[in-house]
Amino acid sequence: MAKLSANAVAKILEICDRYTDEKTPLMMILSDIQNEYGYIPLEVQELVSARTGISVAEIYGVVTFYSFFSLTPKGKYIIGCCLGTACYVKGAQQIIDKFSDVLKIKPGETSADGLFTLDALRCIGACGIAPAVSINGQVHPKMSVDQVVKIVEDLKAKEGAAA
Amino acid sequence: MSLVNIKIEGVPYQVDSSLTILEAARQCGYEIPSLCTFNHGECNQGSCRVCLVEATGARGLVASCVYPVSEGMEIRISTPKATEARRRSVELLLSNHSMNCQQCEKNGHCELLHVAQLTGAREGAFAGVRSETHIDQLAPALVRDTSKCILCGRCIARCSNAHGLGILGFENRGFKTFVSPAENRSFADSPCIQCGQCVNVCPTGALMEHSQIDLVDKAFRDGKYVIIQAAPAVRAALGEEFGYKVGTPVTGKMIAAMRRLGFYRVYDVNFGADLTIMEEGTELLHRLTEGGVLPMITSCSPGWVNYAEYNYSDLLPHLSSCKSPHQMQGAIIKSYWAQQHDIDPKDIFVVSVMPCIAKKFERQREQLKVNGLEDVDAVITTRELAKMIKRSGIVFNKLPDEDWDQDIMGDYTGAGVIFGVTGGVMEAALRTVYFKLTGKEKDKITFDEVKGHDAGIREASIDINGTVVNVAIASGMKSAKVLLDQIREGKSKYQFIEIMGCPGGCINGGGQPFIKPTLMPNEDLDIIDTYKEKRAKALYSEDERQVIRQSHNNPQIIELYDKFLGEPNSHKAHELLHTTYAAREGFNEIK
Repeated sequence: MAKLSANAVAKILEICDRYTDEKTPLMMILSDIQNEYGYIPLEVQELVSARTGISVAEIYGVVTFYSFFSLTPKGKYIIGCCLGTACYVKGAQQIIDKFSDVLKIKPGETSADGLFTLDALRCIGACGIAPAVSINGQVHPKMSVDQVVKIVEDLKAKEGAAA
Repeated sequence: MSLVNIKIEGVPYQVDSSLTILEAARQCGYEIPSLCTFNHGECNQGSCRVCLVEATGARGLVASCVYPVSEGMEIRISTPKATEARRRSVELLLSNHSMNCQQCEKNGHCELLHVAQLTGAREGAFAGVRSETHIDQLAPALVRDTSKCILCGRCIARCSNAHGLGILGFENRGFKTFVSPAENRSFADSPCIQCGQCVNVCPTGALMEHSQIDLVDKAFRDGKYVIIQAAPAVRAALGEEFGYKVGTPVTGKMIAAMRRLGFYRVYDVNFGADLTIMEEGTELLHRLTEGGVLPMITSCSPGWVNYAEYNYSDLLPHLSSCKSPHQMQGAIIKSYWAQQHDIDPKDIFVVSVMPCIAKKFERQREQLKVNGLEDVDAVITTRELAKMIKRSGIVFNKLPDEDWDQDIMGDYTGAGVIFGVTGGVMEAALRTVYFKLTGKEKDKITFDEVKGHDAGIREASIDINGTVVNVAIASGMKSAKVLLDQIREGKSKYQFIEIMGCPGGCINGGGQPFIKPTLMPNEDLDIIDTYKEKRAKALYSEDERQVIRQSHNNPQIIELYDKFLGEPNSHKAHELLHTTYAAREGFNEIK
């Protein structure tokens, strides 16, 4: 557990204590930690276990069950390609393949520079604007393969300008 | 409690309305094929679908393990629809199961094979993709093989129920799900205490002890002096492997069998237990009179010691420095006994038969070595001893009753025997402490207030000639935690605490014969609730039969101190019989 900074420990304990009145607080605690840090490594799970009394194996089970939770850091930009039925018949597979090509990562992976994570999503409820891609929660409607390169270039340019 | 009228196969019965169909059927004399042997909340998910039956008032077939009975319900177990559905359910389980039954260590006790036979399930009926296999053979005590796991979750429930630990959990989702310590770690790299309670409840061979029979075989081949010593709890349960009813002591036949297996000497660990009492009792008196760390806690149970090192390292000074009895006896065999018989200790191979799998871990602890030699060279479980007997053509049931080898360490007392049950070490120690404090024996030998056979906490105040000793007993880490937290908070009122890793003590150890009610047609229906009590009785009855019932009156123990050790807690005794503990990181970093 030695790897966590004092600040992180304090923050995680604070998150655990937000839900002391809940009967089953685990999902809420993990959601908050995922949102705060972008991932939930074993050290953090041990800390949550010590604070809540829920076993590490159970926490680990929940983290690996839901695709929303991650054991490894996610990129700054999380690109989620919907592969639900409507998006799929409208060509979503080609779009995710193109992202995969351009970013040189497989779905579920994060690029080496830590900028991009590519996720395959099931239906995100945006069938009317299929195929849909969600980037950090912002939905891009009626995507086409041709737009992929520009989207990635734009995001990279934005990062370049900031740095 | 209210009764309802039901019919099973057209025959009317009255049963308690709170029962499930499965329970009601059992009471009425039907055994619906099921994997629910441990129906104490350790599997009640109704997910395996093996126990499907037809019941009026329900749509389709129902899982009888979770479906409650109701007034007027008519239940059919034998219809083609129900029998076919049950067969299909088992075939689905088999479709993702490693089918090497003939080499599986669980063969003969496998609940899945049993229901497969009952339902007529065919191998390969649903052949197809299988999920990935994970095998963990790194831990000294136990082995995990997910290719045999049916994902029932009993092991997960038992670890939480017995210890509050929850080492095991489900990982991943859907077809990729498997049961494992967090991060798919080995038991060796997680804070598992290696007690084997999960092994005891596993319906298949997914969790098993790490066998050391091959080490014993090698020692014989190498021409060593192979000496065997058996723990008290083994004699109370070994008979179950050979068809005896639960609770039948088989001491004489067990000795005869071990002798026929070719062991150079056959000893009782009770001698080591008596020795432990001499050392531990003396240590307690020192701590009481000289202001040592109190309460003192027993250290015989390696599962408990593991738990303390992982979770309560701040309390390690409370643990008695005594080694556990079989380690003490091993150390004496390789020193005093070797000296008396003029044998090089390096040529001696000590095998312990234990009701425990954590002893397999314990024996390789660095802190226990004397001059670089391990006290004990192999630990086999009660189950493994039964396997060795069976493969050797020995007809156990027809053996004569024989007695332990008597040279140097053959005597033992009733105090040593009861080590195998929760409260036993406490009682044995009190018998000797009473004598040391008063100079005479207690009129009524026993301390019935500390006796028990189940998990939970018992406590007593013992007044010995004006010295009041407050004692407490716990088995299973869930109970132990209560006492440990009291100590941590400075609120403990006890001077002496006995803690055993497994609920009920060694009689319910992780190396004992499996209690599988569906595979034990000659036992009562409630055997799952009564087996601990029955095994405990077997030990208490052996205590009552002994002429000498206090450790300090064992003549060979007295001789050992006179000729070799000097006195309890002497320098020599410390060198051979005492040990140290160290804090351990639960999830150590894996390189």
